[in-house]
Amino acid sequence: MTTLATTAPDAGPPRRQRSLRKIVNRLLWYTAAVILALFIVFPIFLIFISAISSRDVIFAYPKTLIPSEVTFDNIEFFINAGGVVDAFWRSVIVGIITVIVALGIGTPAGYAIARYGFRGRSGYRLIILATRAFPIVILSIPMALTFQLIGIADSIWAVAIAHTALALPFAILITGSVFVSIPRELEEAAQTLGCSPWRAFIRIALPLALPGLAAAAIFTWVLSWNDVFAAAVLTLRNPTLPAHILKGLTASPLFFQFAAGFILIVPSLIVIFVIRKYLLGLWGRVVK
Amino acid sequence: MTKRRNLAPYLLVTPSVIFLLLFFALPMFQSFQLAFQDAAGNWTLSTFERMVASPNFHRAVQVTVTLLVLIIPIQFALAMAMALIVNARLRGSGLWLYVYVLPLAISELAAGLVWVAIFQQRGWLNSILQGLGLIETGIIWQSAESFGTLIGIVLVTEAWRATSIIMIVLVAGLQSIPDEYTEAAEVYGATLWQRVRRVILPMLRPALQVALILRVVLAIQVFATVIALAGSALTTLSAQAWVASSSTQDDNLAAAYAFVILALSIVSIIGILWLLPVREEHQV
Repeated sequence: MTTLATTAPDAGPPRRQRSLRKIVNRLLWYTAAVILALFIVFPIFLIFISAISSRDVIFAYPKTLIPSEVTFDNIEFFINAGGVVDAFWRSVIVGIITVIVALGIGTPAGYAIARYGFRGRSGYRLIILATRAFPIVILSIPMALTFQLIGIADSIWAVAIAHTALALPFAILITGSVFVSIPRELEEAAQTLGCSPWRAFIRIALPLALPGLAAAAIFTWVLSWNDVFAAAVLTLRNPTLPAHILKGLTASPLFFQFAAGFILIVPSLIVIFVIRKYLLGLWGRVVK
Repeated sequence: MTKRRNLAPYLLVTPSVIFLLLFFALPMFQSFQLAFQDAAGNWTLSTFERMVASPNFHRAVQVTVTLLVLIIPIQFALAMAMALIVNARLRGSGLWLYVYVLPLAISELAAGLVWVAIFQQRGWLNSILQGLGLIETGIIWQSAESFGTLIGIVLVTEAWRATSIIMIVLVAGLQSIPDEYTEAAEVYGATLWQRVRRVILPMLRPALQVALILRVVLAIQVFATVIALAGSALTTLSAQAWVASSSTQDDNLAAAYAFVILALSIVSIIGILWLLPVREEHQV
């Protein structure tokens, strides 16, 4: 603080000059804000245009930013290409299994670290925090061998288990933070009025936690939807959508790649829109 | 009654402990065996010798480390700028946050494909540059001959895709700093840079530390973005692990690559903890 005080001017600049500077300052902030926003949004607009342009337009050069005609040929071609629909449904189902298992296991654990002080709690929490920052690459490779032994190699279950291992630490931390934000007094009050702990949880804590848990579920689903590496290592003939696209990437034409990029992005954008109110809470707490 | 209450938390965490033992600890141990044992089960470093002897290993280390060292400062600078803008109480501050966070759920592969549309020779970047009269013919951004350009386009793509995760951590951290601190600094005439340097960064330290660790570990595993943009012209440690495991069915080699990734992650985390120790006094 002392260093700051010494740099303070002896007398402020005249008022008009100061307000002008304030306006310029404001203008600079807005300019920076708009430039960064364009950097984020413009590429999304471009892949959208690329996906709905005809093939002539895709190979045309230079391009115009407003497409002369809108066509769904590329997206249709992508959907009709061998294996894409199957891979899409596999991705969706793997995501759903991951959500169910990760939250099914993670929610009780999250509740435990939020509500109980028990021996080993801090050690358990530390391990969860450590696994969250762990390279998933190292798990996928031996998993492929194990899954061969137990006969679920190259299946949705193989990928779902790997994705659950990836998502579980997040599920535990996020659900834990959701329960921390619900006053425990409410459950205690229900218990003094004769509810069993289980009933107090179901009737009081769970309904209040539901929006947060839903956000956690969506977040978990998108972790699974976005994974490429584990799915590419663990599948051969039954890939998820990203793994399917990756494996054919070098052989696929540009219009296929653009349609693929667009189809992959749509759920991601929807997810962010749906959980936008919870993002700060989710991430703000995941890092504590 | 008291006994049951004591047991409850253990019952609640047991499923997660079992799952993590089976599908986290066990694969870790198996990876270790794969990397450090031969087919007969003898301890050996021969897999690592084989790995280090391959030119692909050197290319993968070079690309992974170059990307890591360059992308982290870029992303933190961008994320800090975004977080300050979100926190600057401009009109529609909710909208700015929403826009900046859009790429958060976009996958590496999808981001790579988006930027292929921009960087391909007949793509949007060349179209725009030519439209502005800056170039005569399209530049080949994805040229296999130019290491620097390829690294550059991967950096832009990664900056676009993975800055939002850091930004949101910084925004959450900024909101926990009481306004009085930055206002006091402003009253004393501190410039924006001085405020960031002397007030905001020290108070953000815990958030910065965790964001750095999460981002660095993910950056070390960079994979699909590079494959989408550069094909086989660039390769990374993860890409080599994937090739070894899928194409050549050499799980020992794949596990060895995975261990290099793990070792690099651990060294980086120790480095971060050493450079940015979080002391109690900094915590708000």
